[in-house]
Amino acid sequence: MKRAGFLVPFLYIVFLMLPIYWLLNMSFKTTNEILGGFSMWPADFTFDNYAKIFTDPTWYNGYINSITYVAINTVLSVAVALPAAYAFSRYRFLGDKHLFFWLLTNRMAPPAVFALPFLQLYSAIGLFDTHLAVALAHCLFNIPLAVWILEGFMSGVPREIDETAYLDGYSFPRFFVKIFMPLIASGIGVTAFFCFMFSWVEMLLAKTLTSVAAKPIVATMTRTASTSGYELGLLAAAGVLTIIPGAIVIWFVRNYIAKGFALGRV
Amino acid sequence: MNKTWNNKAWFMVLPVLLLVAFNAVIPLMTVVNYSVQETFGNNLFFFEGVKWFREVLHSERFHDSLLRQFFFTGTILAIEIPLGVIIALAMPRSGIWVPVCLVLMALPLLVPWNVVGAMWNIFALPDIGLMGYSINALGIDFNFTRQPVSAWFTVIVMDVWHWTSLVVLLAYAGLRSIPDAYYQAARIDSASRWAVFRYIQLPKMKRVLTIAVLLRFMDSFMIYTEPFVLTGGGPGNTTTILSIDLVKAALGEFNLGIAAAMSIIYFLMTLLVCWVFYSAMMRGEDE
Repeated sequence: MKRAGFLVPFLYIVFLMLPIYWLLNMSFKTTNEILGGFSMWPADFTFDNYAKIFTDPTWYNGYINSITYVAINTVLSVAVALPAAYAFSRYRFLGDKHLFFWLLTNRMAPPAVFALPFLQLYSAIGLFDTHLAVALAHCLFNIPLAVWILEGFMSGVPREIDETAYLDGYSFPRFFVKIFMPLIASGIGVTAFFCFMFSWVEMLLAKTLTSVAAKPIVATMTRTASTSGYELGLLAAAGVLTIIPGAIVIWFVRNYIAKGFALGRV
Repeated sequence: MNKTWNNKAWFMVLPVLLLVAFNAVIPLMTVVNYSVQETFGNNLFFFEGVKWFREVLHSERFHDSLLRQFFFTGTILAIEIPLGVIIALAMPRSGIWVPVCLVLMALPLLVPWNVVGAMWNIFALPDIGLMGYSINALGIDFNFTRQPVSAWFTVIVMDVWHWTSLVVLLAYAGLRSIPDAYYQAARIDSASRWAVFRYIQLPKMKRVLTIAVLLRFMDSFMIYTEPFVLTGGGPGNTTTILSIDLVKAALGEFNLGIAAAMSIIYFLMTLLVCWVFYSAMMRGEDE
């Protein structure tokens, strides 16, 4: 019985790894070998696909563009969400519950609804095809996410700490930076991770708001897939490279992932 | 927790409010605007009232994609929730394997959505993909680019692959919050495995499972990129769910009125579910 119990997660993980293995397998094959037929591992092991991505500017610029707007978005989202989350966790104010709910509706808003209006809005203010446009657009769902997660973490810090600090003569900004932020450091880390992640995985808005100068890697991939026919090896290698950043940082947040996905509420 | 009443807290919320409102209110008003107007190009618009709404609500195309959407959402919920709970129950509760399991299971959640689509496309190709090839080798005719059933099967397995881990992680977090004393008490009472699940584990997981169901429900309503990259809504229109249909109408055909009216109906539906989600969360917090 004990043995059988361990089998379930094991089989599940095997199921999860199979498509990833297949992607890796494809990325080390030449295009000819891929189209030549079915094989479990590359007969003609090659790094050409990866070499092409790292030397061709249309490819590696895609990564640079993606990382740029993701970084801007993460910093922006966490910076504005910190005071807001503090306000929601410590104070009652006019319309607070409505505002909190309204934020959530934006996290749940389907990007498909916003694709066309976003295109027009960002063209009108002259930001189309810039990193800032994508970073700002992703704020639509990342700021609500950040506020909700941070509020969850902040509510776990007893209010007595705030009051003691004020009695000790701390001003609010000094208290917030010197005492409060270190207390919720893990919460800030997790929030930054989730902002990073959701900005990194989103494609529809990023693709709609860019054409050449700020084209993200995800858009480069879909356009390559449709224009140059069947360069599957290259596509697979690009796919593998997009998984790596997430795979590296995931170790640091492994105990908080559930909390982050539940918007700070587990 | 009792909070102090302080309207100055508004100033702390202001930056968030401005940034999100810029992204949410202006586009939403654009959509509302389009949904009540007709255009013949040249930026000339005139008021049409509820014509588009009536047209959308009576169009067979909308009914079909809505129906497909509900079929998709219902199927993935019916698979992912029980499967996630079973896996969470079978996970070791402590030891070196726990972090390894957690990290490996969380991996699909961090794959960019279009890569998920591309990956499954390659994986399911009937001649060179592992899954497509294996299924065909078993003697079942499988080709997701031509057969509606195969396409649906692939889309659903892809979503199960992508999001079941979310349910596992949430359910596991709920299970870990159960103190050992509960299990010891159950052992003293010589409770059956089922009784432990029904009267200890399930009640403790109730809250996280509510969150999981609602999150999966809402996210499956928003899903666009993965099925779009995998099947493009095809073969024909058979896997064209709501969001794919919407983007087709708006960016593909520039049918602004129709697309806008669809957007608003779509948005109102998510808003409703969102409200249920919010109430459930807040009730959980008050307890």
